[in-house]
Amino acid sequence: MSAIKGGEFLIKETEAKDIFIPEEWDEEQLMIAQTCNDFLEQEVFPNLERIDSMEEGLMPSLLEKAGALGMLSVSIPEEYGGFEKDFVTGMLVTEITGAGHSFAVAFSAHSGIGTLPILYYGNKAQKDKYIPKLATAEWKASYCLTEPGSGSDANSGKTKATLTEDGKHYLITGQKMWITNGGFADIYTVFAKIGNDENLSAFIVERGYEGISFGAEEKKMGIKGSSTVQVFFNDCKVPIENLLSEQGKGFKIALNILNIGRIKLAGACLGGCKKGIDLSVNYANERSQFGRPISKYGAIRHKIAEQAIQVFVLESSLYRCTRDIGNAIKALEAGGMDHVNALLKGVEQFATEAAILKVLGSEVTDYVMDEGVQIYGGMGYSAEAPMDRAYRDARINRIFEGTNEINRMLIVDMLLKKAMKGELDLMGPAMKVAEELVSIPDFSEPGDALFDKEKKYVQNFKKSVLMVAGSAAQKLMMTLSKEQEILTNIADMAIWTYAAESVLLRVEKLAILKGEENVKEQVAMVQTYIYDVADKINKAGKDALNSFAEGDELRMQLMGIKRFTKVQAFNPKTARQTIAVKVIDENKYCY
Amino acid sequence: MKILVCISKAPDTTSKILFTDENTKFNETGVQFIVNPYDEWYALVRGLELKEQMGGTVTVIAVGGAENDPIIRKALAIGADDAIRIDAEALDAFAVAQEISNYVSDKSYDLILCGKETISYNGAQVPGLIAEFMDIAFASQAIKLEINGTIATIECDVQGGTEVLEANLPIVLSVAKGMAEQRIPNMRGIMAARTKKLEVMPGSGATNNCEVVGYSLPAAKSGCKYIDPDNAEELISLLRNEAKAI
Repeated sequence: MSAIKGGEFLIKETEAKDIFIPEEWDEEQLMIAQTCNDFLEQEVFPNLERIDSMEEGLMPSLLEKAGALGMLSVSIPEEYGGFEKDFVTGMLVTEITGAGHSFAVAFSAHSGIGTLPILYYGNKAQKDKYIPKLATAEWKASYCLTEPGSGSDANSGKTKATLTEDGKHYLITGQKMWITNGGFADIYTVFAKIGNDENLSAFIVERGYEGISFGAEEKKMGIKGSSTVQVFFNDCKVPIENLLSEQGKGFKIALNILNIGRIKLAGACLGGCKKGIDLSVNYANERSQFGRPISKYGAIRHKIAEQAIQVFVLESSLYRCTRDIGNAIKALEAGGMDHVNALLKGVEQFATEAAILKVLGSEVTDYVMDEGVQIYGGMGYSAEAPMDRAYRDARINRIFEGTNEINRMLIVDMLLKKAMKGELDLMGPAMKVAEELVSIPDFSEPGDALFDKEKKYVQNFKKSVLMVAGSAAQKLMMTLSKEQEILTNIADMAIWTYAAESVLLRVEKLAILKGEENVKEQVAMVQTYIYDVADKINKAGKDALNSFAEGDELRMQLMGIKRFTKVQAFNPKTARQTIAVKVIDENKYCY
Repeated sequence: MKILVCISKAPDTTSKILFTDENTKFNETGVQFIVNPYDEWYALVRGLELKEQMGGTVTVIAVGGAENDPIIRKALAIGADDAIRIDAEALDAFAVAQEISNYVSDKSYDLILCGKETISYNGAQVPGLIAEFMDIAFASQAIKLEINGTIATIECDVQGGTEVLEANLPIVLSVAKGMAEQRIPNMRGIMAARTKKLEVMPGSGATNNCEVVGYSLPAAKSGCKYIDPDNAEELISLLRNEAKAI
């Protein structure tokens, strides 16, 4: 079992055999995926218009149908009516349902941020009362954190909870907004500060409690079928036994639930992307111009190949991390920790990777949908064709579950905090890279075996991240956390490095399983991605260095970044043609 | 009520159809197989509905190698109680029907349900052959089935309308769209499928009496022909001589 810890990808090597790849799904997992897919085909895709027009009662009934199939309770313990499947199986369900447009949002808000705070932080009585009904969607759930004045800065919320004189209730007063499923939910996890507390507390609030009221449905750019309302609390009377966990623990709950939400969002994005590629290639094969299907033209093939590469990279990174988290959970459980704490701790350990995946997943989705519109041409801009909805629905992913800007800050911040706490030795390896810069460069040539070169390149990418991050931390010290442009550069370098290593490891493992000659398109994807991100890492590194370093130090580090992002000449056109032709031939995303 | 449902694997509808061995064999490499939809959506689901109504058991049976096990377990996940796989090559409809009837002849099933055809070969022969080998009643293309005691009332699709039949059990039915609606297996069913009995029986040595000489793909679709609205003569001539539609 891989013993890699969160954040360690920058300083440790992972072996291909230690990662999980989607080509290893077992029969039961594939059957679960098929059930989710059948559900979308039967209940969601034929009803997208009705869903988006917010037909009364439709979304709640879809959640109930999904609940009856067990789709909402895959990861819930058996004692609460669930199926207790592992983290990676839960992610598969998230992925498949992720293609379901507004339904996907209602589904993940209910089963994720809606159900998990109670499941993970509730006491036995709370879990007994709520979880079995949430598992079937007899009760629908919602999560109330954001306020008009408190979005990214979540702990600054103004909603107050005051203990009544008889000590039996809290009176909650405040306003929450952007509340997904808010219009029809039965149960709300509400974050508020008790008295003059600095930190949030969390409460379970039922729809029927006095003093709760709802705003009108928001008019949104996309995910129009997802209920989004403001929820108002006016001396809303909540029994004291509905306090979740302990007073002041709400922010911790919110952050941990968001850690899970972030990686799950990447899963849902992946499902949406695969559908986006299917639509794109179907249209490209059908639409003829100048006497040939447009899928015969290089400009379109480039787009299809790039969609496939980015989605394959996302999938590789997502499931690598998901299994790493699963392994961390198992290791903590083996050490005597109970399941819930092991799960929270396991996910928290990989919070950096979760943030990486949130950014990667949402940005790959926007790329895929944007190019999907472009492949559709004029029809892409028509609301009659499916890319319109796909494009609009995709856009929210860069905003919710922490904006991508906040997540980029977090990636670097969490890595540096781990280093400060001594949990992650970043400084040692960073110093080594600094030493390497002043010593004679390594002129040894990598071998000729599959990926010998690419492995070397990925090692070098890690060195560039360590060099830039290490140097920025040393130079800027405490002010680094305020240098958002530099943090963004470093975060981008880390994202590309993690993604490049993940896809490399996946295809290395795949080549062993299937034989190198049977995975030539996947090999081309690895090579193209690495060739591409080498330049991007170079640019982000230079931007960062030019922003804080100077003189000889700057010159030396710029030379370093050039050295660490140098890759051999490669023909990206031929590689992309190889990748695209298979997708075009199969008329679907096929990797 | 003892119900047997015969199932077969079929390539997923999005599969790419290719042949090997000089176009005498379907190339299964990389093909995703599903339960033949007529068997799954209509035969199996109606069997389960009758069981839920009247009690009894639903057993699924398939003829073929271990590569059939995933689709058999899918049927178990949907709700069948147990399964039998006859470990013999599905050489042709005759051999498959023989294998099934040889196995079930002494098992006293009240009802044997089959899809009307597979979506791959569209032979529509197996159900009738089973009935013939077992010398019991058979109805083809059934779209409705009610059981009252030992009497089955069956509605069948016939050209231009429906036919209502009554027959004593046991009976073999080939069933068509309308008999039931697709059921998506739920999580509980999927997890239970692992522990349900899947018995593998040796074949009884049935032989084929047909041999595939060759397969060919349909000709690629040709483009649309536009004909001047005033030129009805050309339209008729094309429909008659080229499309052979009139």
